[in-house]
Amino acid sequence: MSKNIILYGAILIFGIAAPFIFPAFKVQLSILCILIILAITWNVQGGEMGYNTFGNILFYGLGMYLCASVQVGMFFPLGEWTEGGGEKTFVHTPAQFFQGFAVGLAVAAVVPAIIAGLIGYSILGLRGHYFAICTLGLGVAAGEISGGIEIIGAGQGFTTPPFPNVDRLEARGEFFYFCSFIVLVFTFLAVKAIYSTRFKLVLNAIRDNEDKAEAMGIQTMKYKIIGWMISAFFCGLAGGIMGGLVGYIDSTDVAFDGREMGVFMVLMAILGGKGTLWGPVIGATLFHIFKEGFWTFFLGWQYVALGVLIVVIVIYFPEGIMGWLREKYPERFGEVVDEADRKAQVTLK
Amino acid sequence: MLTLQAVLDGLLLGVLFALIAYGMALQWGVMNIINIAQGDLVILGGYIAYFMYLYGIHPAWGVIVSPIIMYFVGVIIYKLVINKVVDRDLFISILATFGISILFMQLMNFAFGADVVLANSGYGTTMLFDNSVTLPNSKIFSAFISIVFAIGLVIYMKKSKLGRAIRATAQNARAAKILGVDTEKVYAATFGINAALCGVAGALISITFTIHPYMGLPYTIRSFMIVIVAGLGNLPGVAMSGMGLGVFEEFADYILGTEFRIGSVFLLLVLILVYRRFKLSRKREYLK
Repeated sequence: MSKNIILYGAILIFGIAAPFIFPAFKVQLSILCILIILAITWNVQGGEMGYNTFGNILFYGLGMYLCASVQVGMFFPLGEWTEGGGEKTFVHTPAQFFQGFAVGLAVAAVVPAIIAGLIGYSILGLRGHYFAICTLGLGVAAGEISGGIEIIGAGQGFTTPPFPNVDRLEARGEFFYFCSFIVLVFTFLAVKAIYSTRFKLVLNAIRDNEDKAEAMGIQTMKYKIIGWMISAFFCGLAGGIMGGLVGYIDSTDVAFDGREMGVFMVLMAILGGKGTLWGPVIGATLFHIFKEGFWTFFLGWQYVALGVLIVVIVIYFPEGIMGWLREKYPERFGEVVDEADRKAQVTLK
Repeated sequence: MLTLQAVLDGLLLGVLFALIAYGMALQWGVMNIINIAQGDLVILGGYIAYFMYLYGIHPAWGVIVSPIIMYFVGVIIYKLVINKVVDRDLFISILATFGISILFMQLMNFAFGADVVLANSGYGTTMLFDNSVTLPNSKIFSAFISIVFAIGLVIYMKKSKLGRAIRATAQNARAAKILGVDTEKVYAATFGINAALCGVAGALISITFTIHPYMGLPYTIRSFMIVIVAGLGNLPGVAMSGMGLGVFEEFADYILGTEFRIGSVFLLLVLILVYRRFKLSRKREYLK
């Protein structure tokens, strides 16, 4: 136990100190935090519940648009903002900016969760690959449709309010980094707390055999919807911060980017190991390093490298890093191994 | 008269969709994989015809050349990737082919550029009903060729030795193996035939419509939708639902506007799945 506290403390201190140690990588570190949040929330859905989804991008994109729209709409007419290219006509004062951002984030988290609850009953009745394809369709449809809505910028995009510099203090990077880091810590602790309750066992029962779980008297639909709402809540938060960080929202390239971000979520969770607490964190970190490496060294060929990476991970490494470790050191994961049994296995090999 | 125009356009378009969906149904039924890269194979086939057009050959010959090249592309993809996902969870195949799809998309983007292109066949147009309905001859040509290929394939599957082996493997792979069918070869051939069908469809699309490296995913979704509506191994159903989808799309285009066309296709997929789910849940079943 004490070992764990030291580990968590070290990570927390590193997280707080990181933007000051690596000032050049503030934006990258913030994106890393967002990616970890997305991987963790995908894992609640795909890893623990066994409902592999491409649709969490829907909540991410919704959160992004909602946060920015609320932040602008609280003080200025939204239609004129998007039409006039934003910052040219209206300027947020610092107080307005932070108020708007806080309210926007709250809306960005709650509304996607409510939407997930509303559509959950229809969508979650599908299983396996039908669910996967249906959510893929949902994500892409949202992107295409939001690209045709005038008030949020349609095809030309939505510029989020620029960060106000109080007394010439350049704190944009730090602000968004700490926002995303705090949300990450919050997400991690919340998910960790959820994983220690009966709720996680119910989710695992649904993953292992839904019919049997239902026969045992578990109201599977209720738990599935709650699981999806939890995913949607944190995805929306992550999207809201990401919108402010990027500074520009485009319907298909930034917000509802089902072909990139939607697949990245799945990939990060699988790379780290589905169905573990730390797997998505490790997977997202490694993936982000890979990705930025590709972007730097294979400029122009990054997506080719990414496609190959997806195929290789999925085919040769579907258990992920945590799954591999678990196979290798089962004692560390609290599994009791019979010494004689293991020796027999070794000699057999 | 706009209605009649939309219906005819939709029917001619739907025949093409049905051809792609037939390939999807084939690989899904035989190998139990869902291929997200289906649409990208279509686009690649289209670029083959487009390049023939650029080098001065009439693009209609692409209908012959493109499937031959695409067959080998399909077999190579099978040997490299697909044979490792055949017996596994369907979601693994979805993700792996998603990777292939991203790969193809980018390679095509590098090789052919990000412009929207079309191969001009120079076929002219046909006017019907006192010039109130305009149909490009290329659309009629493409629907005709699609039907020829579909019927040819059905006869091939019924009569030839490989066709019999494919059908046997689809029914029961293990039994087929015991009775001496080389299932590995059958799978490779199935994926090759699917890619070849995509090649034909792509060549026709490059003549009638436009192609772009990123336009693949909608074709995948359309063929998936057609297959789930029609069911596996129901060829008349595939043709019917393909044409129905074509007509739906043309109407969505007219009523909602072109910018919502792709979105309405994806939304229709969601609606169909949800409808099926509610229908089955009355009997306490679910889509399998």
